[in-house]
Amino acid sequence: MTFHQPVQDTPLLRVTGLTKHYGARIGCADVSFDLYPGEVLGIVGESGSGKSTLLASLAGHLRPEFGRIAYDGRDVLAMSETERRRLSRTDWAYVHQNPRDGLRMGVSAGGNVGERLMAIGGRHYGDIRAKATDWLGRVEIAADRIDDRPSAFSGGMQQRLQIARNLVTAPRLVFMDEPTGGLDVSVQARLLDLLRGLVRDLGLSVIIVTHDLAVVRLLADRLMVMKSGHVVEQGLTDQVLDDPQHAYTQLLVSSVLQV
Amino acid sequence: MIRIENLSKTFTMHNQGGAIIPVMAGGALQVAPGECVGLIGQSGAGKSTLMRMVYGNYLAASGRIMIGDLDVAQAAPRQIIRLRRETLGYVSQFLRVVPRVPTIEVVAEPLLQLGVEPAAARARAAALLAQLNIPERLWSLSPTTFSGGEQQRVNIARGFAHRYPALLLDEPTASLDAVNRAVVLDLILEAKARGAAILGIFHDEAARATVCDRLIDVTGFMPKAAA
Repeated sequence: MTFHQPVQDTPLLRVTGLTKHYGARIGCADVSFDLYPGEVLGIVGESGSGKSTLLASLAGHLRPEFGRIAYDGRDVLAMSETERRRLSRTDWAYVHQNPRDGLRMGVSAGGNVGERLMAIGGRHYGDIRAKATDWLGRVEIAADRIDDRPSAFSGGMQQRLQIARNLVTAPRLVFMDEPTGGLDVSVQARLLDLLRGLVRDLGLSVIIVTHDLAVVRLLADRLMVMKSGHVVEQGLTDQVLDDPQHAYTQLLVSSVLQV
Repeated sequence: MIRIENLSKTFTMHNQGGAIIPVMAGGALQVAPGECVGLIGQSGAGKSTLMRMVYGNYLAASGRIMIGDLDVAQAAPRQIIRLRRETLGYVSQFLRVVPRVPTIEVVAEPLLQLGVEPAAARARAAALLAQLNIPERLWSLSPTTFSGGEQQRVNIARGFAHRYPALLLDEPTASLDAVNRAVVLDLILEAKARGAAILGIFHDEAARATVCDRLIDVTGFMPKAAA
């Protein structure tokens, strides 16, 4: 009687011993984990814990001194800059906390989405516009706003536009840095729902950095807890939150205000 | 289908002087397909703790928790995620959902996760909601604003949407009226009839008598006080 088949797929991302210093100070130290297709990994920890350094090192924005990052079997740190840039335009996406860092504010909403398609060789204007319209719809932005600039959008709309811009090229791995950070709670809930649906329907692998434990509980399959640059605990999200083993995680979980 | 051997659990409170609190030792039980086993024992004896360990929500200190051929006590997170998606359902006392998601989607979600066609998943969700007497006008609303009894029924509909081979039920009939209580007991009997292995906590003695084949008193799994 076999109800449970062994899981046989291979990791999309395999990180081993990743270490980044800022001078003598530790950014993140000896971080190792595997991320599988369709999996959402949450990284939590207080400010200065190294979670953003880790994300930036993974995404190629910072250069780690030690360790290995294998993406789909390829050694990311050994790639040429051209190869790595191609990867971040096609297979990868990066959602910034502040949509202003991820959008071009002087370009229309449609242009923001279409630009990424053009960067990977899209040339037919009608196709690009149709695809941009489709994606604005998927992130719940009305089609008649396609020619408006993001500066005329609310914070929540800007964040949804940034997500559309990132996902239009059908990436497989998405990095998210506090994606719900600057938004008020009702807008957060809507964005979380949207992200969950997209992750499920597109089979995305996601690494999401946040300090909001409620966000990771709803979005992440697995959780990594960081303190002073080190991973102090990792496991199934609800297990880490409900039965934390490390002193720091226990403190973090017990410090959340109940509503 | 569910086989627990020599299970123990301790909590270490690092921020309260490192106190180590043993809460379970020598836990053992089995649930066969088509069988429903009820956990009994006074409040605090560890019924919910045991259920949470079976679901992988609490870590075991030692022992084995076999669900089919997977040992939850040793499994990697992704194996547990897959187990929960395909094999092991859990109806807890509380509904935890993303705000603003419509009730029908909340109930259909476990099926969508399995790759069931959206129309078929929603049809199954609708049938369960109707069976549990949730008025159709509420289906498009988020359950976060519902009454306690309505939330409980949405939770049950969600837990029974996929026909899991193993089910954990934590007080599924608490806060329900007689009519809905009967519907839930029918759902449980139906799940047994199709071969599901069920482990449950039922404070309602009549409900227990209707669905449970055996009872296990978890007081027997409490660690003996050091002499």
